[in-house]
Amino acid sequence: MSNEQQVNHGDHDSESEIQPSYYASRAKAIEALLVQKGVMTTNEINSEVNAMDSKSPADGAKIVALAWLDDSFKTKLLANASEALEEIGYKLPDETPYLKVVENSEDIHHVVVCTLCSCYPRMLLGRPPDWYKSLAYRSRVVVSPREVMEEFGLRLSDDIEVRVLDSTADLRYMVIPRRPLGTDGFDQESLAALVTRDSMIGVSDPLSAHF
Amino acid sequence: MDRFNIGDSVAVRIDSPRGHYRTPIYIQGKTGIIESICGRFKNPERLAYGYDGYPLKTLYTVEFLQKDLWPDYKGNIADKLLIDIYEHWLNSINEG
Amino acid sequence: MRGVHDRGGLPDDTPINREEHELMDWERRVDAMHAVLGSKGLRSTDQMRRVIESIPKDEYEQMTYYERWAFALETLVTENELLSTAEIDKKMAELMSE
Repeated sequence: MSNEQQVNHGDHDSESEIQPSYYASRAKAIEALLVQKGVMTTNEINSEVNAMDSKSPADGAKIVALAWLDDSFKTKLLANASEALEEIGYKLPDETPYLKVVENSEDIHHVVVCTLCSCYPRMLLGRPPDWYKSLAYRSRVVVSPREVMEEFGLRLSDDIEVRVLDSTADLRYMVIPRRPLGTDGFDQESLAALVTRDSMIGVSDPLSAHF
Repeated sequence: MDRFNIGDSVAVRIDSPRGHYRTPIYIQGKTGIIESICGRFKNPERLAYGYDGYPLKTLYTVEFLQKDLWPDYKGNIADKLLIDIYEHWLNSINEG
Repeated sequence: MRGVHDRGGLPDDTPINREEHELMDWERRVDAMHAVLGSKGLRSTDQMRRVIESIPKDEYEQMTYYERWAFALETLVTENELLSTAEIDKKMAELMSE
């Protein structure tokens, strides 16, 4: 492939932040040309940047909080996530992969990875964190999920069944973590404040109600 | 018709065809159980080369016991790994 | 044979580095250009994956995430003949001399 040689031009020096990196310059040139040739407009690129910037784990947290409060919503969410979300007025973007929601309980704990690349429920949680895309996470969490979760501060008892979800195809997974104890009477907003991004990936529990 | 039903035992094909495919090597040759039928999707092996992805392939979530995947697995013997695999990568282990 | 991208179960003792970096502008824009090309039917996710999987192992392991995406972007737009490598070289030289 003619482009292979370009891989070797990459500048991996830690000093590269001062100079724009090879790939940053390359990407700028590609953007300028794609716009110049009318393949896409700057506006189209900007609005895509903004669309992704506007997605954050806060969206997922609100949905988890609602699932904790409303059993019938939770049942629908687990059965057909995009339909359940549409019913509450949350429309997932067109052309996105299928979203599948799973629930942690006192007996079963789910944790999500994509060992082949970085599949992630971006339509709901935004761009994945760096560690999710790291080679270490991708290689280790399938074979040593309990050890990896301990690094995130989550020590699971041996009698909990761990289910690792390797999302390698057309489904994207989001976890409903266990609702923290001592949150009876909390409303959606105060519950959502306890739901962290990492708890929706499954590497940690939500925040405690008494922090 | 989908070739497999929920609960069927299946073995993942061992193969490394040239080109792009979505079946990691750690799961190849392993035996698991159909956990759910996800639907029919465009074939990534065709999409990767700019084709339209047809014919569609049924995608299954297949459940494996971790102890069957890793010889030294530490954890609950019921710990599982679930992964989505396209139909043409699965063989029935009950078929003759 | 294990592909360079196929990481599951590879022996690895590295602790998970939970430090996160603020995305740089070019990284956001590479991400967006992939999405825009996709919405116009000029690129599929599996095409991008196929290109990323073709990166030699040493390079794959050294490159940052969005460097891989930038490499895939260039490969796909040149493959589709939307742009040529020579054009990109020229434009890059122009932009750098500004």
